[in-house]
Amino acid sequence: MMTATTSSLTLDLRGGLGNEGARALSVTGAKAATDGLSEMKIRARNLSFFYGDHQALYDNDLDVRTGKVTAVIGPSGCGKSTHLRVYNRIFQLYRDQRAQGEVLLDGVNVLSPSVDLIELRRRVGMIFQKPTPFPMSVFENLAYGIRIHYKPSRSELHDRVEASLKSAALWDEVMDKLHKPGTALSGGQQQRLCIARAIAVEPEVLLMDEPTSAIDPVATARIEELVVSLKDKYTIVIVTHNLQQAARISDYTAFFYQGRIVEMGLTQQVFTKPKNQQTEDYITGRFG
Amino acid sequence: MKKRPTMGRKVVDAAVKAFSLLASLLGIFFLGWILLEVGRRGLGALSVDFFTQLPAPPGVAGGGLSSAIFGTLLITVVATLIGVPIGVLAGVYLAEFGKHNRMGASVRFAVNTLMGVPSILIGLFVYTILVLPLGHFSGWAGAVALAIIMLPVVARTTEDMLGLVPDSLRESGLAIGAPRWRVTLGVVFKAARSGLVTGVLLSVARVSGETAPLLFTALSSPYWPTSLSGPTSNLTVTIFNYAMSPYKDWQQAAWGASLLIMACVLALNILARVAFKEKKQ
Repeated sequence: MMTATTSSLTLDLRGGLGNEGARALSVTGAKAATDGLSEMKIRARNLSFFYGDHQALYDNDLDVRTGKVTAVIGPSGCGKSTHLRVYNRIFQLYRDQRAQGEVLLDGVNVLSPSVDLIELRRRVGMIFQKPTPFPMSVFENLAYGIRIHYKPSRSELHDRVEASLKSAALWDEVMDKLHKPGTALSGGQQQRLCIARAIAVEPEVLLMDEPTSAIDPVATARIEELVVSLKDKYTIVIVTHNLQQAARISDYTAFFYQGRIVEMGLTQQVFTKPKNQQTEDYITGRFG
Repeated sequence: MKKRPTMGRKVVDAAVKAFSLLASLLGIFFLGWILLEVGRRGLGALSVDFFTQLPAPPGVAGGGLSSAIFGTLLITVVATLIGVPIGVLAGVYLAEFGKHNRMGASVRFAVNTLMGVPSILIGLFVYTILVLPLGHFSGWAGAVALAIIMLPVVARTTEDMLGLVPDSLRESGLAIGAPRWRVTLGVVFKAARSGLVTGVLLSVARVSGETAPLLFTALSSPYWPTSLSGPTSNLTVTIFNYAMSPYKDWQQAAWGASLLIMACVLALNILARVAFKEKKQ
């Protein structure tokens, strides 16, 4: 893994987790060479999570690369979503949930009490399992978030809404329904509306918690295309139950089992040559 | 194993069905009877004068209950302005912040208890805290008494309606970076809007027929209510007074006032249903 590679894409991550020095050496890109950490958008370290007395995550270490799609897979109840929900601290809505350890976003621990939640959530957007359009018009669904973080003029607001809907590949379908309720759209459209809503506040990371599990296969294919097209601008972490989906759209894959990260690496490698027996069993459908 | 005969079960099933149907018909029957009787006796009293004229002394022809109608309207509006904001905020606390903590449980218990307090007690309470110290009956005191009766009703319906909004919607609002209060007001309230309106309408309907609390507070007056700082004319106390009087025309006016209140309460209930249905679609 220490051979000089011409692209960070071919870099094998497996042995390098937590070993920044080695990783920095193996990268030839000029930017990366000066700053070995810059390609890691998020690094979770010793992350544990508790629902009351019940521990759901055990010492998770996970690296999320800038501008890549990282898939999080594993059987139901393994802690995939729980892990994701720490990154934007959305779990704090519930009193008895608590996280321990570190989640470094560009090197800053998001779990630190001094972190501004509103700015954190602007930078780290989230898409949920079920589409959750706000009970307002398509336009207002996007304008709501924009107005929270910016003071746009009328035309700026309009341009931002249009640009975000275009990025989410939804503009053509809703351009004449901007003032219809968001809930009147189809399930797949609603989910793309939620993606547009997240994009509208210029996030750096998009967390997707099983975004296609509640919509039909055709709409799912469109969202998968969208995810791939978005990774140039955003770092994406996607939790999925659908192994084919993970294989199709992700660059890196982390396999969770019973609250622990069993294996993590390039998607191709995890799916074709898993190093761990549990990963192999899961991927070949022997359990989960 | 011996098979249990099915005949007995079928008979019991039919009997339970018949009795429950009978019981519900009985409820509807009495409502229908009241509606018919009040309608039959009250309709004759309703005229243009009834709505536009001040009360006439017994025996004098003409006259109406304009002052009482306006007084009731005034007291109810003020009571709504006091009771609804406090009730809605209390409901917001219960649903959004005090769902699982001790404070929330205490408030919920207090609200439930308040809901069960007989309205005459609330009238007496306001009498001792407002009427006695100030030395006179007043419309304000009446509005406060009605507001106290509204408060728990509004608080509980608000809590219930906000509780119907799924947490996923709250999470989406927070995930976009909205502070909690903006999620509550901008997203959760919007989602629960028709339910909240329904709750307010039903609470207004609930207090618009209250008599006992007004008897100790707003009392009654033969004059047009120019302010709420003195005894204030209102429909329910007027019904009470007129119905007990020996005069035929006053009794007639009491029936008319009863019909008016009943029609308003019915209209509010229907409006509440329509408002709630709209949301469901």
